[in-house]
Amino acid sequence: MVTPLSTETTPTEKYLAVQGSDEFAGLRKTLRGFVFPMTVAFFLWYALYVLLSAYARGFMGVKLLGNINVALVLGVLQFVSTFAIAWYYARFAAAKVDPIADKIRDELDAKEAK
Amino acid sequence: MHTHFLAAEATSSTSRTLTITLFLIFVAITLAITVWASRQTKTATDFYAGGRSFSGFQNGMAIGGDYMSAASFLGIAGLIALYGYDGFLYSIGFLVAWLVALLLVAEFLRNSGRYTMADVLAFRMRQRPVRTAASVSTIVVSIFYLIAQMVGAGALVSLLLGIGPGTTFLGMDAGTAKVATIILVGALMIVYVTVGGMKGTTYVQIVKAFMLMTGALLMTLLVLAHYKFNLSALLGDAATRSGKGDAFLEPGLRYGVESASASATFYSKMDLLSLGIALVLGTAGLPHILTRFYTVPSARIARKSVLWAIGIIGTFYLFTLALGFGAAALVGGAAITAQDKAGNTAAPQLAQELGRRYLGGETGGSVLLAIIAAVAFATILAVVAGLTLASSSSASHDFYASVVKRGTASERDEVRVARISALIIGAIAITLSIFAQSLNVAFLVALAFAVAASANLPAILYSLFWKRFNTSGALWSIYGGLIAAVVLVFFSPVVSGSATAMFPSHDWHWFPLSNPGIISIPLGFLCGWIGTAISKEDDTAKYAELEVRSLTGHGAH
Repeated sequence: MVTPLSTETTPTEKYLAVQGSDEFAGLRKTLRGFVFPMTVAFFLWYALYVLLSAYARGFMGVKLLGNINVALVLGVLQFVSTFAIAWYYARFAAAKVDPIADKIRDELDAKEAK
Repeated sequence: MHTHFLAAEATSSTSRTLTITLFLIFVAITLAITVWASRQTKTATDFYAGGRSFSGFQNGMAIGGDYMSAASFLGIAGLIALYGYDGFLYSIGFLVAWLVALLLVAEFLRNSGRYTMADVLAFRMRQRPVRTAASVSTIVVSIFYLIAQMVGAGALVSLLLGIGPGTTFLGMDAGTAKVATIILVGALMIVYVTVGGMKGTTYVQIVKAFMLMTGALLMTLLVLAHYKFNLSALLGDAATRSGKGDAFLEPGLRYGVESASASATFYSKMDLLSLGIALVLGTAGLPHILTRFYTVPSARIARKSVLWAIGIIGTFYLFTLALGFGAAALVGGAAITAQDKAGNTAAPQLAQELGRRYLGGETGGSVLLAIIAAVAFATILAVVAGLTLASSSSASHDFYASVVKRGTASERDEVRVARISALIIGAIAITLSIFAQSLNVAFLVALAFAVAASANLPAILYSLFWKRFNTSGALWSIYGGLIAAVVLVFFSPVVSGSATAMFPSHDWHWFPLSNPGIISIPLGFLCGWIGTAISKEDDTAKYAELEVRSLTGHGAH
């Protein structure tokens, strides 16, 4: 539900009204609900990798396949996770965020055009 | 099998002439593009943001071009060639960092700003103090980065063109050639920026990124083909020929080194963590990266361009893995350090070796060496142009137009001042680089990342996501983070008190770490919070506007 706006609202009131609307709150919640936890997750995953590099050298040096050791596999996994998170975010944003953002923007643009 | 890199027969003037010819072709093409771009540059939006007309792929390539500096290409390949695994660790930080830009910064900045980082920081704040602070931090970060790149270019020229002690090139000895290179690189970057603006600079980045990726791909394929695509065999050979055995494939040769002294080991490991944090959080606060998001038509295309950038940059760092281990295996650690102690010539040396083996003997070696050397110069040139553009944009748009002229400057006036600023900043960078040419300034790249992470990132994130944030908070975080990072580095072992310091014969250091990030980044965030709490300013309405615009793209430029 978008709070109805009268054409006489000042610019500031207009934005406050949109910000206070349920639709915008939903957009913010969807977006933040994805990007904040995801940021914490990849940061911890990276921190774990750096901490292991600093303090778990024996573990990192374990050979898995020929000369390929745990350190190298974990390093390559950082690449894989970066690519995967980027791809997943793009998909998520296109499906869940963009449609609401576009709707709110179009409504605002339409009101402004009046 | 022995590599006589740049020894008399190999430096045959063929290679040198070819390097210079290829580089001049690159310069000629990019200058032609620059002149063409200048004809398309009419408005301030054209100059600052390339008319916001680039596609996601084009801007993704340009981001790669701006980001993959000589420090990435020659530096990381060299680190891997000499220290093995630890060089790889460095590149991982550089890549993961892009997730911060993708998830938290790029789209919101594109939606709510116009030309510079400060457009977002100052959106709901008092314009003059915040824009002054953002301008100071932008210029400081850019100048640090510029000096590191330009001094690096000066050091490389004698190596890549083979001007050894006692020999001359066009009548110049190694010292003169160094200064000449710094001036030439500086002059070209000023021309790209003042003439071509963002449009010209973006195309320079795209051409450079294409050359770099092609060169790195070619070498990677040759290395992998040599080992019949058996990675384990490549790693095994690299470990053996590095002279370090299995340790070469494990963390710890370069960062977090374990020694007999417990405190030295502790600080060395802290330094590794500190570097890791600064690498990951610095990227999304680098001004020349942030301004890239304005060159596309919308936030959605900005997202797409970051996705391309992540793909391109990630692939490139995977290539450097093959290049670094390939150089260790095929050239050998001893031959690399004989040429350059820091390992910066590992990639060109590998090129020569691969060319010699697979592209027709000595001539092939000279040709591939020349190509890679020319790519390295192109790389440096593109990065410094990006930095100069970002800092001159901020000097004009933030400082001149908003602080000096209080928003009354005309567009034409602003662009004129931006061009003059590029000239001044370029001249300052050239002068400082000439003074710093004999000093070890490699740490300045890490410092630029640390300042970006400590000063700019907290201010950007608070601005976008924290309702209560205000002018005082922005000033505290920018100046707090900036001063903390710079002061800590000044009193660290990279500036004085160690054999590899900028001033090795002096010692005023008391801060034990080389990288300030682990202290200065939390401090930057803390300062932003304290600064906000001690001020009553709280513009709820303006934040509503910023939030609505940044999330929806309403009213985006």
